[in-house]
Amino acid sequence: MRVHVDQDLCQGHGRCYSLAPELFEPDEIGNGVELNAGVVPPDQEDAARKAVLNCPERAIVIEEDAL
Amino acid sequence: MTTDERFAGTVEDQFPAEPRGVVNEIVEGPVSDYATDFDHHGAEWVADPYPIMDDLRDRCPVAHTDRYGGAWLPTRHDDVAAIAYDTERFSSRSIILGNTRPPLDIAPQGIAPPISSDPPFHHGARRVLLPAFAPQAIAKLEPGTRDYCNELLDALDGRDVVDAAVDFAQHIPVRVIAEMLGFPREDADLFRTFVHDVLEGVNDPLEVRFPKMVALFEYLTAQIHDHLDNPRDDLTTYLIDAEMDGQKLSPDHIGGTMALLLLAGIDTTWSAIGSSLWHLARTPADRERVVAEPDLLPTAMEELLRAYAPVTMARLVKEDMDWNGCPMKADDWILLSFPAANRDPELFEAPDQVIIDREVNRHSAFGLGVHRCLGSHLARMELRIALETWLARFPDFSLADPDAITWSPGQVRGPRHLPLAINRTAG
Repeated sequence: MRVHVDQDLCQGHGRCYSLAPELFEPDEIGNGVELNAGVVPPDQEDAARKAVLNCPERAIVIEEDAL
Repeated sequence: MTTDERFAGTVEDQFPAEPRGVVNEIVEGPVSDYATDFDHHGAEWVADPYPIMDDLRDRCPVAHTDRYGGAWLPTRHDDVAAIAYDTERFSSRSIILGNTRPPLDIAPQGIAPPISSDPPFHHGARRVLLPAFAPQAIAKLEPGTRDYCNELLDALDGRDVVDAAVDFAQHIPVRVIAEMLGFPREDADLFRTFVHDVLEGVNDPLEVRFPKMVALFEYLTAQIHDHLDNPRDDLTTYLIDAEMDGQKLSPDHIGGTMALLLLAGIDTTWSAIGSSLWHLARTPADRERVVAEPDLLPTAMEELLRAYAPVTMARLVKEDMDWNGCPMKADDWILLSFPAANRDPELFEAPDQVIIDREVNRHSAFGLGVHRCLGSHLARMELRIALETWLARFPDFSLADPDAITWSPGQVRGPRHLPLAINRTAG
């Protein structure tokens, strides 16, 4: 699984890096950016989904790995 | 003494001799039907707006009023979001719905940039401020905020009934923003007066409102001059030195931004703290749970922000248009109710229930789109520290006198008197 924050949509609410600090961090203006090229370790998949479901701007996309 | 030619003039140079703008007839008195005659200063709305919002969402879902020269009130999340995102057709030239439309020529900057600004000016004006309000910068203010909250709580020692709004919540954001701007702590009462004048006095005639606005800008100009003479590490000096598109900011830009920073965080955060304590006081199960599970507090806070979102914004329609069947006219107001959006059953399960461990919470208490509350990270820090320190000191409390609770009218909703009974036998 990978996550990606669409910077055209992100407005810096900060829900992603509050809920999933191992996957996202704030940049210098407070927008969320993914860590580690967006790669989600298996034990962080729930946190990734939580970040997606709490983003007010719907700015985060999840790419599931191909089976 | 530093000379800066931008500030050589007087406050009067920045203000027209006469108030400008279009003034409509002031309509007061009871509301006949909120669908066609709504008033966000109406007694029923101030007492409990949520059943009215729910009724309008079922019936309209965009309500209208002829008050304030004509205004619309969307109540569905999707409609609120669509307007927040549509800066082409809806202007932020004024974001406080009242009886005066500011003149068109103040756009795109507006009186208090960037909240009152439209693109493309908005982007640069906001970009100047964002680093100072990013989470990394706000984290540095946390220890001082915690100390101050504990000082306020120390002062309540020995009392069985305290007014959580007056004795606690109202002081916190005032102290924090005064420190950030580098203003004297002892002017706190004055700042609250400015907030009241700007946000709650919307039905006052312009000749009453205008001198109050001038008084605010005179105060800010005096602060600018004090910082020109004695530059220091605070937001006022930062703004004086800041550049946008390679140019220093104009005096009215700096003064307007200082007005915004001073006022926007005060009654909003005070309201969020007050509403949260009000809920916990009347809901023992939730209070006991956040006391027993402190790690739940951030999640609970988001739910309290959703359910009791303090802030409603306003927009002005730019040109006549049909918007989703509403015949909107140029300069009609939009009351952009994030509290109503946050109660929309299309987006939230059981929206009228406070579920303090709600996992999916796409609330818009801090707005949506390019005008997302600049101070949201600051507000969340203050709210969290206020609740942590209060709950550590007073884990058991209840409403002392429900009839004595008062709520602010207008676009910022929160308790202004909140007597709480402290049970000191607990723990």
